[in-house]
Amino acid sequence: MLRYIAKRLLILVPMLLAVSVVVFLILRLGQGDPAMSYLRLSNIPPTDQALAVARQELGLDLPLAVQYVHWLGKALTLDFGRSYVTGLPVLEEILYYLPNTLKLAGFSLLLTLLASLPLGVWSALEKDRMPDHLTRAVAFAGVSMPGFWLGFLLVWLFSIHLGWLPPLGIGGLDHMIMPALSMSLMSMAINTRLIRGNMLDNMHARHVLYARVRGLPERVVVGKHVLVNSLIPVVTAIGMHVGELFGGAVVAESIFSWPGVGRYAVSAIYNRDYPVMQCFILIMTGIFVLMNLGVDILYAWLDPRIRLEGGSNR
Amino acid sequence: MSLRDMFRTLARRGVLAIAVLMAVVVCGTAVFAPVIAPHDPTDVVLENKFAAPSMEHPFGCDHLGRDVLSRLVYGTRTSICSVAAIMAIVLLLGFTVGTVSGYAGGALDATLMRFCDVFLTFPTFILAMFLIGVLGTGMVNVIIAVALTHWAWYARIIRSMVLSLKNREYVLAAKVAGTGRLQTTVRHILPPIVAQLVILCTLDIGHMMLHVSGLSFLGLGVTPPMPEWGVMISDARQFIWSHPMLIMLPGGMIFVTVMAFNLLGDALRDSFDPALAVQEDVVP
Repeated sequence: MLRYIAKRLLILVPMLLAVSVVVFLILRLGQGDPAMSYLRLSNIPPTDQALAVARQELGLDLPLAVQYVHWLGKALTLDFGRSYVTGLPVLEEILYYLPNTLKLAGFSLLLTLLASLPLGVWSALEKDRMPDHLTRAVAFAGVSMPGFWLGFLLVWLFSIHLGWLPPLGIGGLDHMIMPALSMSLMSMAINTRLIRGNMLDNMHARHVLYARVRGLPERVVVGKHVLVNSLIPVVTAIGMHVGELFGGAVVAESIFSWPGVGRYAVSAIYNRDYPVMQCFILIMTGIFVLMNLGVDILYAWLDPRIRLEGGSNR
Repeated sequence: MSLRDMFRTLARRGVLAIAVLMAVVVCGTAVFAPVIAPHDPTDVVLENKFAAPSMEHPFGCDHLGRDVLSRLVYGTRTSICSVAAIMAIVLLLGFTVGTVSGYAGGALDATLMRFCDVFLTFPTFILAMFLIGVLGTGMVNVIIAVALTHWAWYARIIRSMVLSLKNREYVLAAKVAGTGRLQTTVRHILPPIVAQLVILCTLDIGHMMLHVSGLSFLGLGVTPPMPEWGVMISDARQFIWSHPMLIMLPGGMIFVTVMAFNLLGDALRDSFDPALAVQEDVVP
């Protein structure tokens, strides 16, 4: 197990390096001129001379590879520069907003699992009967529903008509329910279908038949032999959901005026505030990669076949 | 075949028929938008601000007095065109990289796949946002951004299809019989790949549409005067208290359109590819 974890951690290094190269190249090869944005946002008239000075100040006159090494060196010491708009260190600002986003995403993930588990299991057990049809219809609608539209529907119903939930802002649990629901419906629907499908596949597995032959009660057969094996692929799906939830968070934060990192990043994009944009994508990708690493390790721990296969191959 | 099975087969055919019909209606609306729409979707008539539904404006007008129905109809065109363009780029890149990788093997294959891995490392929507941040907003840039965030997945799938096909007996038999490399590819390897891809693409259309309209809603996609559903919702958000219909309608259009393509994808898969149906929908 430790060997597996060490190996996965080693793969992480070149992967993150490649990510940084891609981010850097997109930034530099894009048509936008960072020096120009810098001047515009600092309210300096963009004369040729001012541009030249700004380029030198930002290190844009050096060869691309040198720029990258400088940039990476800074990024490794967690120095992402200062925001062109506020003049404050970018990392500080991102870290200020990040907990709010993670709270929202975490709550949504919890909601996803809490809803999809019983629904998926129920649907599989009642296959081709009413509960199954109903769950499948809802799950089907869920994968087609634009999250931002759902957000407004919820606001319209629960805030405007019923007055039960606050329409925007951050606060207690009541502030989180609607944004989290609008973000997680898609993941809930996908997860429900996944669990249902896994359950149905496993029900015909030979070890389940054997358990039945041994005369075990149905409750034990389903609970111990079908359910547990059906949940293992769900663990891998969590990694995928996190990526979707990060995207959903950006949208939900904008609808519900949630002071998270996504809303901050969107305004940075409007302003072409490059240091904020690059820090945002690096941090979010970093978290995403770490989450997936955690998921993989959990998966390997749950399913010994994975770590053994991985160990003998390379 | 029991009565129950017969009923099921009929139901399946029925779903496929409905799905095809819905997709045809959506695409037809996109193509014939100028004929169907009663007004110019960008025509600002301030006297008509928030006009109630009438014969002249069946769904009323928005905050700038633009005809809502016409904007919805033209929005179909924006959505379909952008997704078609995204799909074209994704397939072009995916096909090239996937087949080259699958055929070449060795170092080239490894390099190309690592390259794909890097793209798959990012959360999709976040990478699309970042690309737009650098490229700027507008329809073309959204198309590029969404395409660049989705192609790698296709390259991997196509590569794995090529790998699984190129050593099948019937392909080897063709080789032994002296069929040329190009002909083997075109006649024996491409057809099954294309069949599977049609299903996968149909299932992915809705997903891409949601990305485009989501980005547009944030103000990072299609830029305002152009009629787009996400932009319409974003325009109407401050009027949710007084005119909720301005949000309901475009959102409903996205929902129904995405659903149509998802339904079509599901139905195609169930009808033509039972093997794929087993591994229930995992959206990339």
